[in-house]
Amino acid sequence: MKCSGLFDDTVSIIIGGEAGQGISRSGMLLGKALMRAGFHCFGEIDYPSLIRGGHNFYRVRASSREVHSSTPHTDLLVALNEETVSIHLDSVNEEGGVIVDKKLRFDPGEMGRGDVVFYPVPMTEIVKELEGPEIMRNTVALGAVAALIGLSLDSLKEVVAETFEGRPRIIEMNVEALQRGWEYVVEYDYGFRCNVEPGERPERIWLTGNEAVALGAIAAGCRFYSAYPMTPASPVLHYMFAHDEDSGLAVVQTESEISAMLMAVGAGYAGVRSMTSTSGGGFCLMTEGLSMAAMTETPVVIMLGQRPGPSTGLATYSAQGDLLFAVYGAHGEFQRVILAPGDVEQCFYMTAEAFNLAERFQIPVIVLTDKNVIESHKTTEPFDSSKVKIDRGELLTEWSGGDEYGRYRITEDGVSPRALPGTMNALVLANSNEHMERGFSTSDSSLTNDMVDKRFRKTPHIKKAVEALKPIRVYGAEDPDVTLVGWGSTKGPALEAIGMLADDGVKARYVQVAVIEPFPEGLPQHLKGKTILIENNRASPLGTLIKLNTGYGFEHVALRYDGRAFTPHEIRDKALEVA
Amino acid sequence: MPTMKEFGTPAANTWCPGCGNFAILMTVKQALVDLGLRREEVVAVTGIGCHGKFTDYINVNGLHAIHGRVLPAATAIKLANHRLTVIGFAGDGDAFNIGLGHFAHAARRNVDITYVIHDNLIYGLTTGQTSPTSKKGFVTKTSPRGSFETGVNPLTQALTGDASFVARTFAGEPKHMTEVLKKAIRHQGFALVDVLQPCVTWNRVNTYQFYKDRIYKLEDEGHDAGDFDAAYHKVLEWGDRIPIGVFYQEQRPPYHTSFPALKEGPLVDRPLGVDLKKLLDEFR
Repeated sequence: MKCSGLFDDTVSIIIGGEAGQGISRSGMLLGKALMRAGFHCFGEIDYPSLIRGGHNFYRVRASSREVHSSTPHTDLLVALNEETVSIHLDSVNEEGGVIVDKKLRFDPGEMGRGDVVFYPVPMTEIVKELEGPEIMRNTVALGAVAALIGLSLDSLKEVVAETFEGRPRIIEMNVEALQRGWEYVVEYDYGFRCNVEPGERPERIWLTGNEAVALGAIAAGCRFYSAYPMTPASPVLHYMFAHDEDSGLAVVQTESEISAMLMAVGAGYAGVRSMTSTSGGGFCLMTEGLSMAAMTETPVVIMLGQRPGPSTGLATYSAQGDLLFAVYGAHGEFQRVILAPGDVEQCFYMTAEAFNLAERFQIPVIVLTDKNVIESHKTTEPFDSSKVKIDRGELLTEWSGGDEYGRYRITEDGVSPRALPGTMNALVLANSNEHMERGFSTSDSSLTNDMVDKRFRKTPHIKKAVEALKPIRVYGAEDPDVTLVGWGSTKGPALEAIGMLADDGVKARYVQVAVIEPFPEGLPQHLKGKTILIENNRASPLGTLIKLNTGYGFEHVALRYDGRAFTPHEIRDKALEVA
Repeated sequence: MPTMKEFGTPAANTWCPGCGNFAILMTVKQALVDLGLRREEVVAVTGIGCHGKFTDYINVNGLHAIHGRVLPAATAIKLANHRLTVIGFAGDGDAFNIGLGHFAHAARRNVDITYVIHDNLIYGLTTGQTSPTSKKGFVTKTSPRGSFETGVNPLTQALTGDASFVARTFAGEPKHMTEVLKKAIRHQGFALVDVLQPCVTWNRVNTYQFYKDRIYKLEDEGHDAGDFDAAYHKVLEWGDRIPIGVFYQEQRPPYHTSFPALKEGPLVDRPLGVDLKKLLDEFR
């Protein structure tokens, strides 16, 4: 198994066109076929917020080693329209290739890239001959890609057949389209230098962070999911609806995020593991429910998938601007946990763990992600459900009836044993007002102090639980010249940058803050050599939190806030500048 | 089976003497006793306002939620454990100002809950501001020249929202109220009960006497609750005569019966943990 790109040890392919031309699906299928041929892949989708027109592209990057992010260097560009060529040609490596629909009208000679080879493929003609829909042009293109890079057509045919399972006519047409695209290119010896040598099919999966979040919730026994559609979190809702019956889940598309949150809290009160997901704008509406979950001590899990704001912002792009909002959003003082996964694997395991933390401490738990991590595909080891331990904390399944049950019994660790409505001899009263042990409202001074103190006595126990999750994760050199510090999706490009820096003779590490709240202990001990804070935002809120919690201030920061992911090169360049 | 006394709590009652809420509390307890429901089988969900104290005063399970959000919370409780009898209580401000956005959705979904509106046509707990159900011309601190907004009619909202049970009763007619509540709780689907509830402190217009002079019972006039058009005609009536009773009732499958995951019984009973193998195969 080998993979030779024109720039490094990865092959990077862009498929571009208009919205509605099947860009995302073709990219996903290509990545899957490459995975089955033995490779590690990363796939990134870039699209504006519209349904038809505009420019969409999907970037697949594959290698025989693990791939953590995209690269700005393209080996092969597949252009379904003229605009794709003009936008991406600059990114194509020397001796790289451009597969275009033969019907597109432009003169490669005028593009000023004599070093790039154009491969006109009669995609439209082939589709017409096959009497297929125009969208099938991308399938023809995939056949051509396979021929050029040396990917066997079988793996592509297989994934196409699986994708359209139960629709034999569609499968037949698409398989033929692949074949025709492949044949058209393979007949000629273009001497394309970028190629792959497929190996054994590995034990690997190819999925997005959203899908991993959904699977993590299902593995943890989530039984109720309520959400309002909002990019980039909607795919969790789609996944849950598609698998509700097998997974024993009730799924509700609500009338608003206010409702989504209140429903999740209501279901949590009634005793099922519940979750909602949204982006920043929806989270705004959820904050009153968040505060209610805190006061009623109801477990609930919220996935907040960030995109650039303020307000509607860049609806289909990525940002890390809601960090402090997640930490401080909602009125009143209360405990919460915020987990910040940096890749698809962490999306799975952290979401599953979120349900344990929520139930053990009877608090809201936020899984804080961003578009780059939840909408990008990555290959990873299959998730191991045996590693998902279910701990429901102090959950009572019965009550003797001797003493009267009090939902908010004052306890040493602050956690009151939780009975569920329907338990014989126990009446469960949860109250958004300050309350007594039995749950009745109070405004009494001393009872208020007792109850506030009870809730806050959970704090050291929450901290201890969080420390067990490896809240600070260190990747790379033991004795670094440069330490990169970040959270969430910056992990991918940072890990790529570390590899590049090693080639440059610079030892680097990446320190991932994987739990944001409660803020983990011991961060400064991992900060060695020159330090650079990396965030996808303008005001470096992680830096603010680090300063607040540890007193440490960063001299160097790398910030990107145009909605796009960092490229590994940007991070490498910054590190070289500093080192 | 529990008695009226056992449905009471030791919490000190803070409603004004003469408040219509006392009658609602008493008749809800009576309805639960008459229906033979155990305390553990019932969940009361309340919003914010004078009615919100209900969860302190009735000895069943309770979720005292936040302003306007009774319905989403109650909907989810029913879905999580459909063995429970879920009753939502909301004031007119709670239900038809801040919570109006949820009302049409609970109604069209036909969530199997009872929704009792403590409708006193004024804001009580916040000391006398205009309410969405206040009538045009009604003078309050926030409508000093008389409200120039048309009041919300809870019953037209319910009918146009596809509620499958629409009723109104009066806090001065406890027997009538008990019977209406029993029908509403027994109804399989979304049941709205709008209770005309005089606020003795802030509303000097819509008093007990005001209603006593005007109300009449639909059942006394042979109203057919299965006739949507007749119901729609009746809910518009508000003047010298004000009808109370069941305006409309239809049978249609309640929300929770359409969820495949609930077919094997309440979600809350399902053991946790799922074999991921089949789900992961999709991504291999």
